[in-house]
Amino acid sequence: MEQRVAAGSLLSVEELEIKDVASILKLADVLEDEKHTKRGKRLEGRKVALLFYESSTRTRTSFELAAKSLGAMTTLVSDKSSSIEKGESLHDTGVTLRALGAECIILRSNFSGAPWVLARSTQLPVLNAGDGMHEHPSQALLDLRTMIARLGLKKKRVDEKLLRGVTVVITGDILHSRVARSNAMLLPRLGAKVVLCGPPELLPEQALMLGEGVEIERDFDAALQRATVAMMLRIQRERLAGMEVNVAEYVAKYQLNAARLEQFAPKTLVMHPGPMVRGMEIDSAVADGAQSAIEEQVTHGLYVRMALLVRALKAGQQ
Amino acid sequence: MSSARASDSILIRGGRVVDPSRSVDASSDVLLENGLIAEVAAPGKLDAAAKKLRADVLEAKGCVVAPGFIDLHVHLREPGQTHKETIRTGTLAAAAGGFTTVCAMPNTTPVNDTPEWSRWMQDPERGASVRLLPVPAATVGSMGEKLTDYAALKKAGAVAVSDDGKPILEDEIMRACLVAAAKLGLPVSQHAEDTRLTGGCSMHAGDVSFRLGLRGMTIEAESQIVERDIRLLEEIERKEKLHAHLHVQHVSTLKALDAIRAAKKRGLHVTCEVAPHHFALTDEAVFREGFGYDTSAKMNPPLRPESERQACIAALLDGTVDAIATDHAPHAHHEKNVEFERAPNGITGLETALGLSLRLLHSQYGMPLEKVLFLLTNGPADVFNLSGLGTLKKGASADICVFDAGKVWAFDAERTLSMSKNTPFHDHAMQGQILWTIASGKVVYSAK
Repeated sequence: MEQRVAAGSLLSVEELEIKDVASILKLADVLEDEKHTKRGKRLEGRKVALLFYESSTRTRTSFELAAKSLGAMTTLVSDKSSSIEKGESLHDTGVTLRALGAECIILRSNFSGAPWVLARSTQLPVLNAGDGMHEHPSQALLDLRTMIARLGLKKKRVDEKLLRGVTVVITGDILHSRVARSNAMLLPRLGAKVVLCGPPELLPEQALMLGEGVEIERDFDAALQRATVAMMLRIQRERLAGMEVNVAEYVAKYQLNAARLEQFAPKTLVMHPGPMVRGMEIDSAVADGAQSAIEEQVTHGLYVRMALLVRALKAGQQ
Repeated sequence: MSSARASDSILIRGGRVVDPSRSVDASSDVLLENGLIAEVAAPGKLDAAAKKLRADVLEAKGCVVAPGFIDLHVHLREPGQTHKETIRTGTLAAAAGGFTTVCAMPNTTPVNDTPEWSRWMQDPERGASVRLLPVPAATVGSMGEKLTDYAALKKAGAVAVSDDGKPILEDEIMRACLVAAAKLGLPVSQHAEDTRLTGGCSMHAGDVSFRLGLRGMTIEAESQIVERDIRLLEEIERKEKLHAHLHVQHVSTLKALDAIRAAKKRGLHVTCEVAPHHFALTDEAVFREGFGYDTSAKMNPPLRPESERQACIAALLDGTVDAIATDHAPHAHHEKNVEFERAPNGITGLETALGLSLRLLHSQYGMPLEKVLFLLTNGPADVFNLSGLGTLKKGASADICVFDAGKVWAFDAERTLSMSKNTPFHDHAMQGQILWTIASGKVVYSAK
């Protein structure tokens, strides 16, 4: 009676077993090495819809280019240019896209949990490209791939020991961050320690419940001293809902700048899911510096999303 | 019924009569005549009288015979929202759940804030199976600004006033409501939520809401309004010498229950209700694996963590709680089949109240059957001063529910008599199956 979620969907990192993570990463590697001509036949003629209720540069383009380079046809539906504006429900929009031939839908929504509604309504594989303050699973996977590449872990097996000894410090607006949630729920299962850092109003104690291997450190400098990876987050002004943040105080306490990096984390890998607010959570010297993997993250995203699309459409899986 | 012929008299034979209003728990027969309780007597004693009246006979061997249940808090959606429920369908669901009296909240379209709408709701043309008692708005349009005409509303059948769903936030307005209602002997039924603290919130604020990325309502958003209302009661006692009556709806937190418990000890006239979902479920029900965010677990006040659920059960057991009320809130499938934060609050509850109460409160937490039934009959009758209801004493309205108290069964949302299926209890175990519901001497529900 009850509609379930179609196989191949990725709605939350919690649905992924470690072996699924391993096979997605392996597939990303294969796709990265594959010739354009071969890769471009993998999803030839398949139809992928991108349904974006929130603005996005890198995630949308990344999914779109990933689908296109696999040969799929894509269509973009965004809230500014569609019946969404006229009040059409997510259910009806999804069913309409399916009727038009969509075989997989990539959804970005400002509502937490929205991907399940779409997946149940359409029975199509749905890829969550960010839902409200909840999750951004493809981001966590591309962050993982970036860490593996930059920390020299490519030869290691992807299992619960992969990130043993790695401490990932995630700093900033944890409360409103789907990137933080997905990473904090995924990385400890691969052996990492995740340290969350930020002021109480942006990082409530409940964050500890995201999983074992998650801890809170309010002192950024102390956290940095332990960091193998420092992942910086933007303050999400659009979600603050009346909360006031004192910028000068925030910068003084939590900005990752060159002086701090040199003093406390001279070897730490610097990451940021974007969009960055330079001069706020990170300064340009760090963002553009040698320790930064911010640009590479974007590139890794492309291959991870190719893998997710191939997985979703069950086409030529390795 | 044992006969197709509609009779004015019914003999309920061989059952275990449990009537908390008179502390009765004994094998007895019950004779109903002309819509009233004619006699309750030892087994067999009423056979001759029943024969003379050509009474229909209901064989209740092995069953409990209790006063029909009273629900202080339902949303029947009429006037104006008949795609969710009508008075006819809502009261059919009530009858199926053993309820013979339901108190209808005013958040209809338009808001029931007049004697005319209150009378309209009670008009036989609405087709109600059981007694509907209106709880009209405490302020015009439930806007929290100007009081409605309590005297006229009372004359039109109002048993309480409430802006349910929209708490009365302004101290001065709430004080005026309590004073005006006290002069007429009406309770003010308050939805305790400081909406200034709950904007954009769709569930309880805690570990689960953090994990799901949903904004949460704090415990204080409930308890602070309860505490404020109790302060107003005290002030009114002191300054106006009026014993105003505050009824706190669907209490869901320890802090609010503690405030109510203490106020009762001080002799203030505070009563409260608890809804079955608050003693049956926790906020973990908001996410179901393989299904996702479940809008059938979205209501206001929200499901709380286990500690608060336990506090509700403790308060039900220790007598702090006066009534179990369902907050039956039907919504159409398309309204609930949306993103969690966009879904309306509320779940249906009339057909699952007894089943959850017996399974949890009685079987799991050892509450005596008579006490469970008190919370569904005499308890709520006392809260809204419904004399002659919730009791089997001679001359009372022939409102009765007959059920098999031991029967364990699974609730099937597809078979509900409500127009809506928004329940988190589909496939959940229920204890106690209603066999007959009799309202004003007429069988309005029969399981057969």
